[in-house]
Amino acid sequence: MTAIAIQPAPGAPGLVTRARWAVSDTLTISKRNLLVWARVPAYIVFTVIQPVMFVLMFRYVFGGAIKVNVPGGYVNFLMPGILGQTAAFACFGTAISLAQELKKGVIDRFRSMPMARSAVLAGRLVADTGRMTVTILIVIGVGYAVGFRFINGVGPAIGMVVLAIFLGIACCLIAAFTGLAIGDEESVQAFGLIWLFPVTFLSSAFVPISTMPGWLQAFANNQPITFVIDAMRGMALGGSIATPLWKAIAWLVGIFVVFAPLAVRAYKRAA
Amino acid sequence: MEQSFAGPAILVEGLTKSFGDVHALRGIDLSVPRGTVLGVLGPNGAGKTTAVRILTTLLRPDGGRALVEGHDVVREASAVRRSIGLAGQSAAIQIELTGRENLEIIGRLYHLGRAASKARATELLEQFDLTEAADRAAKTFSGGMQRRLDLAASLVGQPQVLFLDEPTTGLDPRSRLGMWEVIRSLVAGGTTLLLTTQYLDEADELADEIVVIDHGEVIAAGTSTELKGRVGGDVLEFTVPDRPRVGDAVAAVTKLAEGEPHIDEGTGVVSVPVGVNGSDALIQSVRSLDEAGIETSGLGLRRPSLDDVFLALTGHAAEEEDADTGGKRRRGRRKGQPEAEKAGRASS
Repeated sequence: MTAIAIQPAPGAPGLVTRARWAVSDTLTISKRNLLVWARVPAYIVFTVIQPVMFVLMFRYVFGGAIKVNVPGGYVNFLMPGILGQTAAFACFGTAISLAQELKKGVIDRFRSMPMARSAVLAGRLVADTGRMTVTILIVIGVGYAVGFRFINGVGPAIGMVVLAIFLGIACCLIAAFTGLAIGDEESVQAFGLIWLFPVTFLSSAFVPISTMPGWLQAFANNQPITFVIDAMRGMALGGSIATPLWKAIAWLVGIFVVFAPLAVRAYKRAA
Repeated sequence: MEQSFAGPAILVEGLTKSFGDVHALRGIDLSVPRGTVLGVLGPNGAGKTTAVRILTTLLRPDGGRALVEGHDVVREASAVRRSIGLAGQSAAIQIELTGRENLEIIGRLYHLGRAASKARATELLEQFDLTEAADRAAKTFSGGMQRRLDLAASLVGQPQVLFLDEPTTGLDPRSRLGMWEVIRSLVAGGTTLLLTTQYLDEADELADEIVVIDHGEVIAAGTSTELKGRVGGDVLEFTVPDRPRVGDAVAAVTKLAEGEPHIDEGTGVVSVPVGVNGSDALIQSVRSLDEAGIETSGLGLRRPSLDDVFLALTGHAAEEEDADTGGKRRRGRRKGQPEAEKAGRASS
């Protein structure tokens, strides 16, 4: 009798099957998300044209007024900053899409289906990471066209791209949590602007922090985007890497540890 | 074991759920036999959506228990998910994708495999009269087509029990009739259906049994005929074209009423329960209204509708809009006011 009681219900999949489904469901969801992305011209504008405009604007409009002391001049200073910002801004898409799906009842449907519980979030992150990687590579191409060069070798250059992607994923986790917790597209968008613009612009991304007033330097010198971009700049151009890199990794790990469970919890409770 | 399970398809006992101070469900009981349709009828904020969300494993109840096909919705949630389909209040489809893509993706997520997903999508598109539009983006679909696609999506996994939360809210009358056709054909195929609605005619048309919910409690249950019997008698109905005189008209016929007369502010229609003395009441009302010098149109007697039942049971009309719900349509998801904000009934 007890033997029967502990048997799984008929039709209940075993552990191996469940693991296989977790992977295939994640891939199905991410394929679906990329298909949606490719169908909406506005999304393509935001993910490709906007960062390219930032490159051109800072390179040719503001760049002349900004004095930096790095090999290759301002365009070399700028590109790691733009790439960091591009990766961080990719999370707008994450938050907005999740909020839309929540509002339309798409997430309710997925949650009422016998699919892997992790797949909606994981699939979203996989798709957004892929999308972000494409954007980063395009922006690097545009950077090369306007005079940017990696001058520290191929290995560190790849390291720089990887670090940018991890920054992007960390931001996507924060955005996934806020998108699901807030659940309203416009509010999510407004909230994204409120935290993303300050942390990207009040950093070492576009100007040397030493040109900011003292009180702002205190913030800019000690926030994660600065650590990530300083490390990226070191990898692209040479110079000190170790110190900013460890701080950047510590922050990113911290964000993963805090926001991954928060996002999962928000998904489970999504209503 | 699943096949030999002989109890009702849905069994709910003493289900409670609160959001902060708002008691969305105050202990409801339901039992839905296999292959039948239960209509859950109630106004906005009655607790209908909360009940559906608990039964479809989206929300955990505070107390009581709920079984779907014999599986507990909390402890055996994944078994429940394998036997249900859900179509909520808005079309939960991805409008950028085609009708076919929407269904195929759902099929893949039900682990049907590529070929079977394609076949199932084709079959459902055919069944729901969407074959011609199948390869267009769903955003080009009419509201009725989107809801049909959404319903099709809820059936991809061939559920034994289907939950439809206000399936025709926001649809124009023609699309609504189309939805009814589709729902009837599903039920003929043996699917157990739980349907929530705030339209009394919809429950009347589709449901075998009706449960009336108000403020989180079941206030009446039975067949449509049984519920109509509760009003016990005929209803005198007329319209006063000269709106300012509606009050005078009601006063003129009050002495005939066996219950509270009801005035529909929107249409100017006055309904007066007159019990068994229908024809006498009709003649007298003509005299009284004539003496008072009030013009009316469409004066007549009719059998009670579920509207009258609802009015008799709750003291307020079922489709009455709350004054504060006139804003844009939103799904009732804010914690603390689970259903209060989902206004959005299409104006008739």
